[in-house]
Amino acid sequence: MSAALELKQVRKSFGKTAIINGVNLEVRQGERHAIIGPNGAGKSTLFNLISGRFALTSGSISLKGKDITNHAPFEINRRGLSRSFQVTNIFPKLSVYENVRCAVLWSQGHKYSFWRHIGKLASVRERAEKIVREIGLAHRADTLAGLLSYAEQRALEIGVTIAGGADVILLDEPTAGMSHSETEHAVALVRQISEGRTLVIVEHDMGVVFSLADRISVLVYGEVIATGTPPEIRANARVQEAYLGTATHE
Amino acid sequence: MSEQRSGITPWIVTIALAIALPLLFNKGFSLSLFCQMGINIIFALSYNMLLGQTGMLSFGHAVYFGLAAYFCAHALNAMGQGAFSFPVTLLPLIGGVIGLLFGVVLGYITTKRSGTPFAMISLGIGELVAAGSQMFPDFFGGEAGISTNRVVGPKALGISYGPQIQVYYLIAAWALLSAIAMYAFTKTPLGRMANAVRDNAERAQFVGYDPQRVRYLVFIVASFFAGVAGALSAINFEIVTVENVGLAASGFVLFMAFMGGTGSFYGPVIGAILVTFLQVALSGYTKAWLLYLGLFFLLMVLFAPGGIASLIELHRPAWRARQLGKLLPGYVALLVPVLIGFAGAVGLIEMIYFVETSGGGEGEMRLLGVSVDARQPTAWMVCFALVVIGVLGFRQLRPHLLRRWDDVTLALRAAETRAPSAAVPGVGT
Repeated sequence: MSAALELKQVRKSFGKTAIINGVNLEVRQGERHAIIGPNGAGKSTLFNLISGRFALTSGSISLKGKDITNHAPFEINRRGLSRSFQVTNIFPKLSVYENVRCAVLWSQGHKYSFWRHIGKLASVRERAEKIVREIGLAHRADTLAGLLSYAEQRALEIGVTIAGGADVILLDEPTAGMSHSETEHAVALVRQISEGRTLVIVEHDMGVVFSLADRISVLVYGEVIATGTPPEIRANARVQEAYLGTATHE
Repeated sequence: MSEQRSGITPWIVTIALAIALPLLFNKGFSLSLFCQMGINIIFALSYNMLLGQTGMLSFGHAVYFGLAAYFCAHALNAMGQGAFSFPVTLLPLIGGVIGLLFGVVLGYITTKRSGTPFAMISLGIGELVAAGSQMFPDFFGGEAGISTNRVVGPKALGISYGPQIQVYYLIAAWALLSAIAMYAFTKTPLGRMANAVRDNAERAQFVGYDPQRVRYLVFIVASFFAGVAGALSAINFEIVTVENVGLAASGFVLFMAFMGGTGSFYGPVIGAILVTFLQVALSGYTKAWLLYLGLFFLLMVLFAPGGIASLIELHRPAWRARQLGKLLPGYVALLVPVLIGFAGAVGLIEMIYFVETSGGGEGEMRLLGVSVDARQPTAWMVCFALVVIGVLGFRQLRPHLLRRWDDVTLALRAAETRAPSAAVPGVGT
């Protein structure tokens, strides 16, 4: 069985500044894989490379055994990889329901159709309604997304990400900026939606990471210094060094 | 902008109005005004597919209108010479196809970019076509344009399109068909994704859509309807000139869509009706009509950037809750200083125009039915005083209206909490 996601010697530089320095990463199918690391380690950049938002400087990325290096974001999405954003990235002037529905359309094969009435596409409607319920926003379905509270927007962000039914999901700090109770809620949602899917998650909250992840990769200065199960990571000397800053690093 | 349960009533009212209008106002002037309105409604709606629905600010939409008009004028002339025969009734379809074909070619370049670069490219292509008109005088007809005669082709049911009333019903039918088609378009997957691309093109990419492709396809569809309007213009005026493809015409359609409101489907319809009326009616009264239109535009941009439709939407909740009556006295009171200030401003503008255009001649002029001497300071002082009174009165009375608004907002909110809406996903579709 090929890996859900495989990165080989991925590098990314902005001008002379190298942000990602040859990352090798293998995400197995069906696992919940967390990526942690100090601020500026390149976690979000890594997501941007995987999802096609940025072009790689060198290296290769494959999704379910097929090369997706430097493909356009929409092509990568059509191959079954979907991502969320650290800064909420939704369609503010569309309703919650419409946000989700737009994210459903392509996966249901409707492409650029202008000959079908969208209200009559039963499978699209059912799927969109199901997602809106799943993310707990059924009572807000007709509200414009831009008017939602922060936590609600974060939930919608996840809804838009999973609506297309992608089997590899990348979540970029889904609980960032949330209160304690909101975080609990969000983690339950993440746990639920990642059932039967491959999940890659960037997260700062270590409690969330260690309770959620099957495996963890630690990214420091654009390199993966360790990958392993939560106990392995906890015991890893290099990780402790990077996090506690007891030794100078390069 | 979320999907409203608009129902079929507005459409039936519109159809009834379109049929009845020429029966109620049957003077030649009204009829030609209605014809222009119909054409402009199609044109403005097609423009709003770009601006309002997909977020593309085009400065060159008249290219597709104008080129289709030219082709149709030449087609009419060829038919007049017996080259071929085609029902004039269906000529707008040809115009649409011409617009579409140019949309396929020129739109491909234009939609390569979005945002400001898109606006610049559209401007450049508009100028390119306008410049091209001087290189191909045979096709564009030089300064004089291309004249034509619409009374050609097979006459079905005795319809020759000689009388203007027949042209009116042709335009009305095409305007209704086009409006229905364009409205239906907003309810299709592509139409919805156009909104998504407008809101957040980047995110659209991450749900599987190529925003550039979405823009390109919408551009082609919009060009089709611009072409339909262009063909009707050729039939209606029986002349097409370079002005029809130029920047002024492109600016005018932006003007109509913006005034009416780009945020809702019906906004551009209101804009087209109002601006066409002002253009035709005002230009008969005063030489300064463009200045008034410009001032009107400026006031709208400053105080109601969502256009007239946004003002309607603003009052809709109060209307539904039967609270509009509470606001009415405030508006009526405000109307007084507004009219006073407006009268003063009109007086000043008219006198400036009069003095500037009459040269060193006499000072007597007619102003709002009064004979005044523009050479004497009295009239100037009176007008200036009116403006000042109007502005001061407006500032004095405005807080009163705002307080009424607060009351209404509170009442609406109270009603909302009493009866929480049972929102279920999908109800709005």
